[in-house]
Amino acid sequence: MRALLLRDLRLAMRAGGGFGLGLAFFLIVTVLVPLSVGPRTQLLAEIAPGILWLGALLACLLSLDRLLALDWEDGSLDLLATSPLPLEMVLGVKALAHWLTTGLPLVLAAPVLGVLLSLPGAGYGWLVLSLAVGTPALSVIGMFGAALTVGLKRGGLLLSLLVLPLYVPTLIFGAETARRGAVGMEAETAFLMLAGITLGAVALLPFAAAAVLRVNLR
Amino acid sequence: MPTLWGLAIVSLVGGLIWGFFLTPDADKFASTVKIIYLHVPSALMAINAWLMMLVASLIWLIRRHHVSALAARAAAPVGITMTLIALITGAIWGQPMWGTWWEWDPRLTSFLILFLFYLGYVALWEAIENPDTAADLTSYLCIVGSVFAMLSRYAVNFWNQGLHQGASLSLDKEKNVADVYYQPLLLCIAGFVLLFVALVLYRTGTEIRARRIGALEARERASA
Amino acid sequence: MSLTVSDLTVARGGAPVLEGVSFTLPDGAALVLRGPNGSGKTTLLRTIAGLQMPLEGTIEGAEDRIAYAGHLDGLKPTLTVAENLSFWASVFGAHDGIDAAVEAFNLKGLTTRAAGALSAGQKRRLGLARLLVTSMPVWVLDEPTVSLDQSSVALFADAVRAHLAGGGLALIATHIDLGLEGEVLDVTPFRARPRIDPVFEMDLS
Repeated sequence: MRALLLRDLRLAMRAGGGFGLGLAFFLIVTVLVPLSVGPRTQLLAEIAPGILWLGALLACLLSLDRLLALDWEDGSLDLLATSPLPLEMVLGVKALAHWLTTGLPLVLAAPVLGVLLSLPGAGYGWLVLSLAVGTPALSVIGMFGAALTVGLKRGGLLLSLLVLPLYVPTLIFGAETARRGAVGMEAETAFLMLAGITLGAVALLPFAAAAVLRVNLR
Repeated sequence: MPTLWGLAIVSLVGGLIWGFFLTPDADKFASTVKIIYLHVPSALMAINAWLMMLVASLIWLIRRHHVSALAARAAAPVGITMTLIALITGAIWGQPMWGTWWEWDPRLTSFLILFLFYLGYVALWEAIENPDTAADLTSYLCIVGSVFAMLSRYAVNFWNQGLHQGASLSLDKEKNVADVYYQPLLLCIAGFVLLFVALVLYRTGTEIRARRIGALEARERASA
Repeated sequence: MSLTVSDLTVARGGAPVLEGVSFTLPDGAALVLRGPNGSGKTTLLRTIAGLQMPLEGTIEGAEDRIAYAGHLDGLKPTLTVAENLSFWASVFGAHDGIDAAVEAFNLKGLTTRAAGALSAGQKRRLGLARLLVTSMPVWVLDEPTVSLDQSSVALFADAVRAHLAGGGLALIATHIDLGLEGEVLDVTPFRARPRIDPVFEMDLS
């Protein structure tokens, strides 16, 4: 288990591993928003939680097609599937590695980007908290989507089409937590719903992902 | 089959004519209310089609019955069409009633999200060549998608309280649609259900024939 | 514990390719599969390795005892030879034997080299060295000698012999003669007749 986690982290860090791409994408999207809506501080402050959540979600989505595709191409998935490790756990660990290399940097970068969008002071805590709790769900849902499309030649676009509707509840509760927090409304309910979705997804989706991956491997 | 088609057409045409021309205009809504004869049945079938796909997917995964998987595949485009009809008739009705074509109301939003789920499901079927693999993967997607569609519905309700009136029909509460409108509506719903069943059976038959052709061709290639 | 396959029907893309395959492989024995391209050797090996379900029949003594080597070696180009090997060793719960594997496949001078910088033959040797570090008793090998030169084939044959002498089993699909004391099974007679699922023959009129 630990070896798999360490391998995936090491692969992401080494040259060509794609570490930081998601972060750069997040930064660029956030910069493009004021450029497209105009330098209106008031408006930006209002939409900042939503923009940051959407940017984090898209940055996460961007990295999903590498999640299993590389291991598929070089035959590692076949070998992992025939190893004594349960495939559910393999995919769970790989999703964790994905979160550590993609989701966690986004969480840490979000407050800095919040400054760019003049996010109100009360919003920072809730923004970071909602992203920290919500992005693991994005990783495991993405793992399910990646397992569905891993055998397909041009799976990238299809992957987005399949995963984005599944991201809807996470996005709504996550962005709602951050938005309510920013304007000083009660944000606990949305946050607890978000945490519930993440816990449910982390507990159950590795099983669904392993089931579809087994179908794709045969 | 011909009987089914006949019944579907008769009840649909009958219900629509009755609903459109033989009911009085309501004071509050004027004649715009009559679009419910398309709106309500199509919205019902949009959800029921997905539920049917869910049941068929479960049957395929548990019993490996081929017809079940093909029926799920056959139902999806019909479901998409129903969802679209519900959305479009809703917009047409919303214009005079609420003064807007589109509003991010929870019900409308949920239907739009349901539409996206349908698109993903159909796209996955189309993308995979091997029919058994496609059946397996789409079945899992349908199950996981159902859970997330339910979650989305609750999320959307939480996110915005909305304009849309409550359900027009329910079994346990008192009817909030007057009898004159209620009876033709039931007939229209029956018509939509029969139409749906007829379309799905017809399309399933086509899918089975296509699979048979594929199998016969494979046999020919092997013996040649 | 031996490997027993009884009355196995394997399918590719839902269509049966081989049917009625039966054999028993006792400890310390090897079985070489032969047959023309596309005859279903790969499908049979993948089924035995547990990557796909058999249509009919049973496989005993394979589960969680298999080291499978297919056409691809599962190597990461940015990891070194040693890192690749120790990763697979820990996935299979084994930790010693890396040095022995490096020795057996003559990879000694390459351990700190990134796997992406190896030649095709060296990669293949690394892929086969992985079999040794897994310490699994049943080897299921699909064309293991592709891109190996003659001396490497000899190294490989030695490794298989040592594995068998230690009580291991090997199931190998190959075209070349490895000089092993093993039985040969030609899969051609097991070729399946195409079938149509009765569901698709039902009367639709």
